[in-house]
Amino acid sequence: MKFLKVCVVTVVVLVLVTASLAMAGETLDAVKKRGYLIAGVNGGVFGFSMPDDKGVWKGLDVDTARAIAAAVFGDADKIKYVPLTAVQRLPALQAKEIDVLCRNTTQTLTRETANGLNFAHVNFYDGQGFLVSKKLGIKSAKELDGATVCVLPGTTTELNVADFFRANNMKWKPVVIEQTAELSKAFFAGRCDLLTSDISQLAAHRAVAPNPAEYTLLPVVISKEPLAPVVRHGDDQWYDIVNWTVMALLQAEELGINSKNVHLKLKDENPRVQRFLGVIPGLGKSLGLDDKWAYNIVKQVGNYSEIFEANVGQNTALGLPRGVNDQWYKGGLMYAAPFR
Amino acid sequence: MVDSSQSMQAEQLKPPITRIGVIGWLRANLFSSVFNSVLTIVTLYFLWKIVPAFVRWAFIDSSWDTTGAACRAAGGACWSIVTKNLRFIIFGFFPYESQWRPLVAMIILFILLLLSSNRRFWKKSLGYAWLLGLFGMGLLLKGGLFGLSSVESTKWSGLPLTLLLSVFGLTAAYPLGIALALGRQSRMPAIKSLCIVYIETIRGVPLISLLFMSSVMFPLFLPEGITINNILRAQVAIILFTAAYIAEVVRGGLQAIGRGQYEAAESMGLNYYQKMRLIILPQALKIVIPPTVGILISAFKDTSLVVIIGLYDLLKTTQSTLSDPRWMGFSIEAYIFIALIYFAGCFSMSSYSRRLERELYRGN
Repeated sequence: MKFLKVCVVTVVVLVLVTASLAMAGETLDAVKKRGYLIAGVNGGVFGFSMPDDKGVWKGLDVDTARAIAAAVFGDADKIKYVPLTAVQRLPALQAKEIDVLCRNTTQTLTRETANGLNFAHVNFYDGQGFLVSKKLGIKSAKELDGATVCVLPGTTTELNVADFFRANNMKWKPVVIEQTAELSKAFFAGRCDLLTSDISQLAAHRAVAPNPAEYTLLPVVISKEPLAPVVRHGDDQWYDIVNWTVMALLQAEELGINSKNVHLKLKDENPRVQRFLGVIPGLGKSLGLDDKWAYNIVKQVGNYSEIFEANVGQNTALGLPRGVNDQWYKGGLMYAAPFR
Repeated sequence: MVDSSQSMQAEQLKPPITRIGVIGWLRANLFSSVFNSVLTIVTLYFLWKIVPAFVRWAFIDSSWDTTGAACRAAGGACWSIVTKNLRFIIFGFFPYESQWRPLVAMIILFILLLLSSNRRFWKKSLGYAWLLGLFGMGLLLKGGLFGLSSVESTKWSGLPLTLLLSVFGLTAAYPLGIALALGRQSRMPAIKSLCIVYIETIRGVPLISLLFMSSVMFPLFLPEGITINNILRAQVAIILFTAAYIAEVVRGGLQAIGRGQYEAAESMGLNYYQKMRLIILPQALKIVIPPTVGILISAFKDTSLVVIIGLYDLLKTTQSTLSDPRWMGFSIEAYIFIALIYFAGCFSMSSYSRRLERELYRGN
């Protein structure tokens, strides 16, 4: 572990040096010249980014990356995925091995400042919660004193639990297990009272329980995890493209445009729709893209609601409700700035 | 008279029943003393507890071609996780419709390895066969010629990647290791100290740290716009690491050769290279076959560490399958499957080394 720390510190220093060398506009040119986008992804999180049984990448983060490729090339498949571990992801972005990181990465202050990164619009609001057996009869998180907690090592998850229990002046005992699959096995075998992870992941854990109805999520969220695509400091145009691609997914949903009806919407009289789809030209050009960029995103990838439901929504193994990830006018946090 | 009657009687007498046959064997081998009897009974008890339960789990109650949900209902072993995901576990991201290509490449590799394992075939033609085979395998994996579609090396994964990393890692590390061992014995101080520093530095850090450096830190030192393939980086790290260990083993062999051999070689007027190639190394390398194979086997297994730098080798494709909620929880079955693959690799290496030792035995 000490070695890791030394590594991380060295990397941060190097990152600061290289970050200052980046220049505006070059990423888009490089991507166009290369002919495909290189996106860093996770590779092991169902619903966010994971290969299916034919080796095809699927997930919310993957679709976000595909939307960027659709915006740049008009072809969502012009993309190369690089699976990265938690340690590799930020250095890989800094070393320009990838153009954008869509790897369920939480936006934090130091990642933006010390690591020299820019987080685009959030594509999923997550938070850390607890899964608990109904048999224990626990109703509130305040009753957890002395609990044993199953947790993955080496992530902020572990630190957040420690913070939470210390802040509430309660004792806890961690059961640290390296592999996600083993973690849920241990929990369902009764080795710990609580399972903690991001809420999106707890849903996946519960889905594989021997008897899912026996387990419940505690109504407490102990950390904020806004997950967003990440780009390097120093190339504002590229940042705009990634940022507004995520917002275009949201805006399409707000305007009622989806992959099925987008070609009909080209004839829509509404000037907001016309501007968005490039019927009234201007928005795409100002990003340095084709005016049909948003049309291509929706046509090939869909709107936010479509990719949410296809990857993590009610009909998937995760079965997540929209919750905070719903649109602002439905009580959620998803809010696209005006397209004009 | 007396003698003959005695011999007649001796012929008629059968050995006591407790000394021959099944009972005799049991008494001699399993119940020869109180301690052995207790051990036998305890072992039998555990076998009786474990084997039927395992057979029941692995074969009778098992599901072979169902969905994960059906597996959970059946309760036994879920081999379906292997059969249903076999192509992803073995070939990973290689384009689905072209997966025959890595399959053929692997078959070529196995045939070449099989041919090379027989010393009768160690001729020039085998060298040409390897050259041709390497070209063929590269072509099959990479594509882009003769109508084969081009496949990015980032899509090489699963078993072909494991074999690529281990076969080429080990074949490149072996000569490098020998060179380092000779360098460490050299009388030239520059070469000697260089080799010592190299060997001790590499042996002083774990393989994981080398892989980390090659994948996380190394790219930051490269000039703008130059990226080196992730697989190549891991490959180089594995070669450098294994070579240092082989060097020390080979040095042990060199030291075991008596001074007389060196002096005899010199008195025949052989120069340094002739002496090493013809006299010293053949003997030294023969002595150290067992530890060398030990290192090669552990290096083969160590290739699975590339998981931590995000390469999808056999282990990682399996883990990826396991994080799919439809198949989560059947890790035992999946790990048994890849354990069998690793076992096949390791066991064939070790049995080959034993055969080689027998063939090369010269009574010393």
